Amino acid sequence: MTHPTLAAGQVERHLRARRDTGRRLLMPYVTGGITPGWTDYLKAFAAAGADAIEVGLPFSDPTLDGVTIQQAGDTALARGANTRRILADLSEVRDLGVPLVVSTYYNLVLHDGPEAFCAALRRAGAGGLIVPDLPVHEADELVDAAAAAGIEPALLASPATPQPRLAEIASRSRGFIYAVSLMGTTGERAALAASAAGLTERIRHVTDRPVLLGFGISTPDQAREAGRYADGVVVGAAVMRRVLDGAGPEDLRAFVATLRQALDQE
Amino acid sequence: MRNVLPWSEQAPPDGTMGEPRALGRFGEYGGRYAPESLVEACREVDEAFREAWADPGFRGALARLLAVYAGRPTPLTPAHRLSEALGVRLYLKREDLTHTGSHKINNVLGQALLAVRMGQRRLIAETGAGQHGVATATAAALLGLEATVFMGERDIERQALNVFRMRMLGAEVVPVTTGSRTLKDATSEAMRYWVGATGDSHYCIGSVVGPDPYPWMVREFQRVIGEEARGQCAEELRAGVPDYVVACVGGGSNAAGTFAGFADTPARFVGVEAEGGAGAARGRLGVLHGCRSLFLQDGDGQIVEAHSVAAGLDYPGVGPEHAHLRDLGRARYVTVTDEEAIGAAVRLARTEGIVPALESAHALAWVIRAAGDGRLPAGSTVLMTLSGRGDKDASTLKELL
Repeated sequence: MTHPTLAAGQVERHLRARRDTGRRLLMPYVTGGITPGWTDYLKAFAAAGADAIEVGLPFSDPTLDGVTIQQAGDTALARGANTRRILADLSEVRDLGVPLVVSTYYNLVLHDGPEAFCAALRRAGAGGLIVPDLPVHEADELVDAAAAAGIEPALLASPATPQPRLAEIASRSRGFIYAVSLMGTTGERAALAASAAGLTERIRHVTDRPVLLGFGISTPDQAREAGRYADGVVVGAAVMRRVLDGAGPEDLRAFVATLRQALDQE
Repeated sequence: MRNVLPWSEQAPPDGTMGEPRALGRFGEYGGRYAPESLVEACREVDEAFREAWADPGFRGALARLLAVYAGRPTPLTPAHRLSEALGVRLYLKREDLTHTGSHKINNVLGQALLAVRMGQRRLIAETGAGQHGVATATAAALLGLEATVFMGERDIERQALNVFRMRMLGAEVVPVTTGSRTLKDATSEAMRYWVGATGDSHYCIGSVVGPDPYPWMVREFQRVIGEEARGQCAEELRAGVPDYVVACVGGGSNAAGTFAGFADTPARFVGVEAEGGAGAARGRLGVLHGCRSLFLQDGDGQIVEAHSVAAGLDYPGVGPEHAHLRDLGRARYVTVTDEEAIGAAVRLARTEGIVPALESAHALAWVIRAAGDGRLPAGSTVLMTLSGRGDKDASTLKELL
């Protein structure tokens, strides 16, 4: 069991405080560098009631992403996006009022080394980090570097994760636990996966850290349903499909607001 | 360059090509950098492989298939005329003579038997040149499994014959249209597919790459090349062991299997990469497709596309054990150009009557170059693995020659 607030960082304290008011948490995602003024999406998300915002650093070989996030990453890379430029953009965004959580694949973390990478995140104002191809048994070097830099690495849990391993993930994870709702890649789905409820419940047995459910949550109805068992949801592909179709920050503010509303009804 | 690293005369304690350290570590490389959704599946493969590899029944069944189906042992052919011209004694380990025409069948029969033992009903595979895809489709047909093979759209165009062979064998060939549309993208897509199919499918990786236990398991299934060659060299060579052991390296499975048979000897190992796909010679530390190894990357840490006339060498990285052997100085990794490889293919055809795969021709190209510039001293004995036959490259060569 983890001690609730003893070692909690900013991201976790923020999410816990909001959850403890009975609010369901919402973390929309945007691929960094996707458009010239991409940080306007962050402001739109915050204005629409996001509780945290995930910013993806595009990688050439995103092995856990479906077509939408792949396309978003390719688009950003084709625009010349890279870690340095995206973090520079982020550092100019202030007063969002919600924590920023960066996500990327481990190759980009290793590029300058975990210490330098985490320090750069910190300087850019990010608080959390998600690395989908870094499972808990390989995470030591990142967890240590993150702790030194004041970054909270949130680990992923999947429906296939055995219970003892879930406990290990919960104890090493910081900020929140990222519950992967289904056995598959990111991307919109017609319905919330049946595996989502069981996984969330199993995580509850081993931690009281916030649990955010992600992968395949695409509509307000699905968000509402997910909010019945999880502390909140991550919405990525549904956002990025709209961005790829040309939707601007104002359109996305409206979409994220419908997710907010759905979560608040629960 | 790293090409000039000193060669170790003796196998260092950590370079004996035994079982990797915990979590599939070869030195600082390897590991199991799989998404959490695949970690349990990797653990199951690891457990099943360990049990099977320790089970004489499994070993016997595989040995029998390799003999009565794949055509093993393959011969060791002295390349008489070429040897005379080069001033060295060159022996070819003839993996081109196996059923399906390349060493890929050794690994695939092992993994297909393992999949049956695990109760899986489908094999998933990635393929570049199509040789691993054909081998997978073949083993699936033989053992009554389904096969789903991911192949880059560009490779589908380049390797039409192998695409047809796979479909003829009943496999589903899925074109991959993302990224560079070659082997690395096919591998990414196969991994994505596996995440959603772990319940009934085994991911049959074709090289010594991927998350633990794959680099180790695939090397063990390919070890048969090196072990046979070791015995054959003992009969053919006065010294019993060749001075040099040479093989081409894409991900590095035929090289790993060959080297493994000579790890405890003073034979010097040479891995030959394509100039445009030199993960071991020019790669930088990274993580891709489940393992920590050396990969070609740009200044931002993005993986760059490999380019080679040999589709099977079009991989921007190298297996973790090769990265480790390089660091130890146990093996040396060199590169040859497309032109050198094509020239070597023609020369082998005309001096020995053997048309090699363009991948294998890379290994020969280095032998020819090194014999010419004295890096292979006159009279040296050289064992080279001829990993596959060249039929598949006919259309490529027709355009170039």
